[in-house]
Amino acid sequence: MSQLGTTDNPLLVAIVGSGPSGFYATEALIKSGLAVKINMLERLPAPYGLVRNGVAPDHQKLKQAILLYYKIAESEQFSFLGNVTVGRDLTVEELRHTHHAVIFTYGAESDRKLGIPGEDLSGSYTATEFVGWYNGHPDYRNREFDLTHEVAVIIGQGNVAADVARILAKTVDELKHTDIAQHALDALAESKIRDIHVIGRRGPAQAKFTPKELREFGELVDCDPVVNPDDLVLNEASKAELADKSNAGNLKVYDLFKEFSERPPSNKKKCCHFRFLLGPVELAGDGRLQKVILEKNALAGEPMKQSARGTGETLELAAGILFRSIGYRGVPLPGLPFDEKRGVIPNTDGRIMENGAVIPRLYTAGWIKRGPTGIIGTNRADSVATVESLLADLNTLDASNKTGLHGLVSLLDERKVRYVTFAEWKKIDSREVELGKPKGKPREKFTYVREMLEIIN
Amino acid sequence: MTTIVTDNCKSCRFTDCVTVCPVACFHYDDEMLYIDPDVCIDCSACIPECPVQAIYEGDDIPADKEEWIAINAERAPNLPVCEEKMDPLPGAEERKAALGF
Repeated sequence: MSQLGTTDNPLLVAIVGSGPSGFYATEALIKSGLAVKINMLERLPAPYGLVRNGVAPDHQKLKQAILLYYKIAESEQFSFLGNVTVGRDLTVEELRHTHHAVIFTYGAESDRKLGIPGEDLSGSYTATEFVGWYNGHPDYRNREFDLTHEVAVIIGQGNVAADVARILAKTVDELKHTDIAQHALDALAESKIRDIHVIGRRGPAQAKFTPKELREFGELVDCDPVVNPDDLVLNEASKAELADKSNAGNLKVYDLFKEFSERPPSNKKKCCHFRFLLGPVELAGDGRLQKVILEKNALAGEPMKQSARGTGETLELAAGILFRSIGYRGVPLPGLPFDEKRGVIPNTDGRIMENGAVIPRLYTAGWIKRGPTGIIGTNRADSVATVESLLADLNTLDASNKTGLHGLVSLLDERKVRYVTFAEWKKIDSREVELGKPKGKPREKFTYVREMLEIIN
Repeated sequence: MTTIVTDNCKSCRFTDCVTVCPVACFHYDDEMLYIDPDVCIDCSACIPECPVQAIYEGDDIPADKEEWIAINAERAPNLPVCEEKMDPLPGAEERKAALGF
């Protein structure tokens, strides 16, 4: 039996999930210099995960990360199998049987709940579904959002909340030359939303926006950012946080809030209010959302570790639409252990663990490994670290010859699964770009899987 | 919009930034790192990683650092890409302390 990782016995790795973490893991494996073949599985026909489906349509430059993934995908050592759902079309055990190692990089497709009464009222939505919807993700194609109300509430003050607010705040002209899904653009054109409230449970010194994302609210064509100067008074611990040199981002964000609070009123049609120290305790209404009951919070604790405590005092905000944007959340995969509390696959340094013991040959990287934190590039270091663990384990991996791609294709053919190759994806990709041209859009996305398959069948 | 490495990097070259760059756009010489503006996607991941806050983006670039926009643009494309974290330059820790970090 030849040494694993040599031309006679190349290391065969299956990667589940085609977002950034999957591609950075692929890149790290290729750079190892070993003879390696990577087979990447993705449940949609289209690759790229949240770079395609999460990054906002008006942030096209961020999507250029795809250029790197495209280059990686063109490697001879890489194969893509789209439209294949692991856990349904193939089992974890079958991946383990056909490859020397498997890396799970399937991200976090669900969301954290508020856990309050009325959360499931009509009119209460998640940022996850709204983002998927306007980005043309097939899972969310048929969602409907009732945009006929004037007041919209967003719970959360991270960059996803900023995306939701900004897409609601922008005019059709500001969006029509982006790759926003057409059905979303049409619905947003009819939106009656005028007042958006972006609500955080802690104070302005703790908001998780990055400065660039917050600054965009000062540059919208028909929407003013609104901050009440009284809300900018800081406690001692928050002052200390902003004085900490390593916390420069938060200081920039606070300064932006201050700038917003000093702007004179204008005659723009919409307002985006940033509210602090408030947490929703109940969503109320007769058959649908009509008001949000918010509890006022106070901060307690040491600088950099302050938490929000409810004061018992509440206020009501009449609103017909609410988005919770308090974090994405991973989902379990049959055949793998799952940490229900954190929403991740239990692991140490990327090696999957069950009941405190390492499961050989199974690894994880990205959001399903560490939780839904960080941005696109954060996953690079994370995936590199997981691949380092895998390579350190090389001598312990079962080195017998595995069937790899051939093994997977046999199973899929047997099950009549219409897998999509990277070459086929390129055809779908080109068609989307072609369809966008007459509209002045970078692409017009297909939003149904069957539309994508029609292109290649 | 640009993201640039400025003078605090000189004689430090910690390269923490490189580990989080989604597009590998950092280039290096003997003194410091530079960002290739044609490859950078302005994702801002690098900015909080730098131990000496040498990186600035777009509207946050102070007037006295604007010269670095041209320097990054000119030098980066002619230098090798920094693909992985490297050891900082000798004296980097001292320089970091001297800069107040």
